[in-house]
Amino acid sequence: MSKIYNQTKRNFIILTVFDLKQSAPDSAKPKINWARIEEADNFAKTVKLFRQGKYDEDSFRRFRLQHGAYGTRMTGDYAMVRIKLPAGEIYPNQFEKISQLSEQYSIGSAHFSTRENIQLHWVILEDVSEIFRGLAEVGLTSREACGNSVRNVMCSPLSGVCPDEEFDSTPYALATARFFLRNPMAQNLPRKFKFNFTCCEKHGMVRMVDVGLIPQIRNVDGSSQRGFKIFLGGGLGNKSYIGYQLEEFTPEEDLLYTSIAVMRIFDRLGDRKNLARNRMRYLVNDMGWEKFQNLVFKERAIVRATQSIITQLEVDLIPNEIKRPIRISDESIASTPDGFARWLKTNTVKQSQIDYRSVFITLEAGDITASQLNALSDIIREFSSEGKARCGFVQNVALRYVHEDDLQRMYSKLLEVGLAKSGALTMTAPIGCSGTTSCNLALTNSHRLAKEIQRKFLELKLDEDDDLSDSSIKISGCPNSCGQHGIATIGFFGGGGRVGKDMYPNYQMSLGGRSDGDTMLGLTCLRIPAKRVIPVILKIIEIFKQNKKSDDTLKSWIHRIVNGNEDSKIKSINDIKKILEPLIISPTKENDPDFYLDYGSDTSYHTKTGKGECAA
Amino acid sequence: MCRLTESDKITTDVDSLRSEIRDKSVRVIDVRRKDDYKQDHIPTAVNLPLATLLSDDSPERVLKLVTSMGIDDDLPVVVYDDTFGALASRVAWTLEYIGHSNVTLLETTYGHWKSLGLENDSQIPDIQSKEHSLHLHSEILATSDYLENAKTRDNVILIDNRERLNFLEQHIPGAISLPYRTLATKDKILRSKEDMKRLLDNRGITGNSEIITYCGSVGTLSGLAYYALKSVGLPNTKLYVRSFKEWKNLHKPTEKQEDASYWDLSAE
Repeated sequence: MSKIYNQTKRNFIILTVFDLKQSAPDSAKPKINWARIEEADNFAKTVKLFRQGKYDEDSFRRFRLQHGAYGTRMTGDYAMVRIKLPAGEIYPNQFEKISQLSEQYSIGSAHFSTRENIQLHWVILEDVSEIFRGLAEVGLTSREACGNSVRNVMCSPLSGVCPDEEFDSTPYALATARFFLRNPMAQNLPRKFKFNFTCCEKHGMVRMVDVGLIPQIRNVDGSSQRGFKIFLGGGLGNKSYIGYQLEEFTPEEDLLYTSIAVMRIFDRLGDRKNLARNRMRYLVNDMGWEKFQNLVFKERAIVRATQSIITQLEVDLIPNEIKRPIRISDESIASTPDGFARWLKTNTVKQSQIDYRSVFITLEAGDITASQLNALSDIIREFSSEGKARCGFVQNVALRYVHEDDLQRMYSKLLEVGLAKSGALTMTAPIGCSGTTSCNLALTNSHRLAKEIQRKFLELKLDEDDDLSDSSIKISGCPNSCGQHGIATIGFFGGGGRVGKDMYPNYQMSLGGRSDGDTMLGLTCLRIPAKRVIPVILKIIEIFKQNKKSDDTLKSWIHRIVNGNEDSKIKSINDIKKILEPLIISPTKENDPDFYLDYGSDTSYHTKTGKGECAA
Repeated sequence: MCRLTESDKITTDVDSLRSEIRDKSVRVIDVRRKDDYKQDHIPTAVNLPLATLLSDDSPERVLKLVTSMGIDDDLPVVVYDDTFGALASRVAWTLEYIGHSNVTLLETTYGHWKSLGLENDSQIPDIQSKEHSLHLHSEILATSDYLENAKTRDNVILIDNRERLNFLEQHIPGAISLPYRTLATKDKILRSKEDMKRLLDNRGITGNSEIITYCGSVGTLSGLAYYALKSVGLPNTKLYVRSFKEWKNLHKPTEKQEDASYWDLSAE
């Protein structure tokens, strides 16, 4: 504990020292250049060869995905470019560039994903190389953002500021990303491979990923040692699994050896034939955890013994400069702007550094306009004492190190650009994958549904309800879990329903999923027609309110039910089902034509999918 | 094809314009609204709001406007706006169409000019009318009939310069999408020749194909594209000046991207 205390204290000292410094006119600049400009030329050339028929379809797809360009719904003319933000870090000049690129080559909006990527959709395939060029100007890449490679290395948006963390894992996440990017050993894995670093149990997603890591400090004979709790073999998908903890404590020197060992085992033994079961979680669960665990230990010993000593993570532990931006004019706010208290409560968290908060920006299913991206870069420069932003886990973005005294002014600025909606940290900000807006596999418009729920719930001010704030709603447009429905308090994945010959959009609902220390997958409840999802969630809230114990949240109440520990009138998912069933009876098409339409569409609903890109 | 003998200059850079103004060897046209112009403008500029031109852009009317701005056949003209060059392009194209051979676009917008701290004033210059001949350059104009006919030929490229979502929702069949934003850089209305060439090459917009540009309604965004194409020396470019608005009003066929709800990805 003394180390933790020192850690916090040290940060505090750094803060006060830098506070006295004059703010530099230049904003913070990226420390790491992830880009390689020659990849732009190479991509342009390869697209031309492909169009001339000199490159076969499969090889081209692999190449395209390796460079971070994903396919688009029902067309070969467009791609989605997935820009990686390792550890979720993004700087103001990078936001400005992405803003420009979204206007030039995409739809004038960009999209924050659940894995700390920013996606540009509906990009003409021939323009992708121009995006690479633009990204290279600001040190960003989309390399290995898709395909069978190490995907973006995530880190908690609160790493470094979380009151419950033992140390900041950000430098380790960045070093891991750096080590594996373009590394030959990670270019042709059986399937994609994901790392999630976090700050603490509560804010993590470590059991739902190939490799999940929680920073830990161990005391040995009076001296403290950094290391991690490492979880392996979890992941969300068509079939989801929860990860296993490798050992009690993995010292930091072993971080890279462990990562390499696990990837080597996966590379050697992973299923390269059965495309639907080739993530590492299938290997772990087919083999059994203990056997896999032993293999990792053995392989790690080999790696440790045979790797050259120059094979190391370059962990940059120099702390970020924290300096509060100087206010150019003294524009004190006469009165508290409308909605400030509500926003403060539902969008900000206190940091371990005294007087500072992290501010989460509420977006609708991760979407942001080009002009908002520009505005955000100005707001970072004006208010964030670390001069950059961090992407969150839930299609959002956080500005950290905002001084308590600056929050009102910052809120006013956000209001001006339409980014001051409340509820970012509550159930009213659902996740919705891209669904039928762009994805080949989607069966429903999950993206729009997430927006509809958010609009309705904010109108009802449900973000202010403390009983609901730690719950979550997550929606996927198909069973493949990009919307992470399996770990939602209330999760949905899309499919088609049918009355006679008429189809309607439908969602399988699950209850009780979570991704914290008590990680579990939600239990299947009912299939809910798209146009009944909102009334059904409201009904669940109503049942909860009638049956809750005084200190219950929706999450804790549902947790007891799905685990069979509830003693009130509603004891099981079946009891909930019975109450909900009358709400989901299908009307005839004559009586309610809208029931048969998906959100965002005025033509009759039918399921239509193209080829997935996942198993390329 | 008398145009081949003319200078291939498309834009005039800031420094050249300043010296031309000092030499009184140029007519500068400000196409912003009258009120904006009155407030301040580039010294010696005359005002021709785009709306004034569009109220009647018949060659005879345009000729009158040109002579009233004191432009003869030989006087170089530089046009600017504060709308990323699109409005200026539409005016420049119209002058070119009626036969004025020496018209260029200011390389940047008025807003940027001002942000560089360059000179401006609110003086309205005293202009004497000049004679100007009328030689219609119909080879740079595409009408709807012409377009419909041209589309049946192989070597014709039709370019839609509206934003991507508008294109996805509805466009003229066979068109390709090149949003106007793609043409500019942060502070120039057109990207450098080399960058423009690479962009267009990638898209297969090259060589001797006939190229027709169009946009939403009055040929501004596509006017800018017209000059973008000229800037890399593509010789055979036409502007469908009445653009998609007329096309739809004439109930001609359109095409859309099917089976995707792309609008719901927009944060607008």
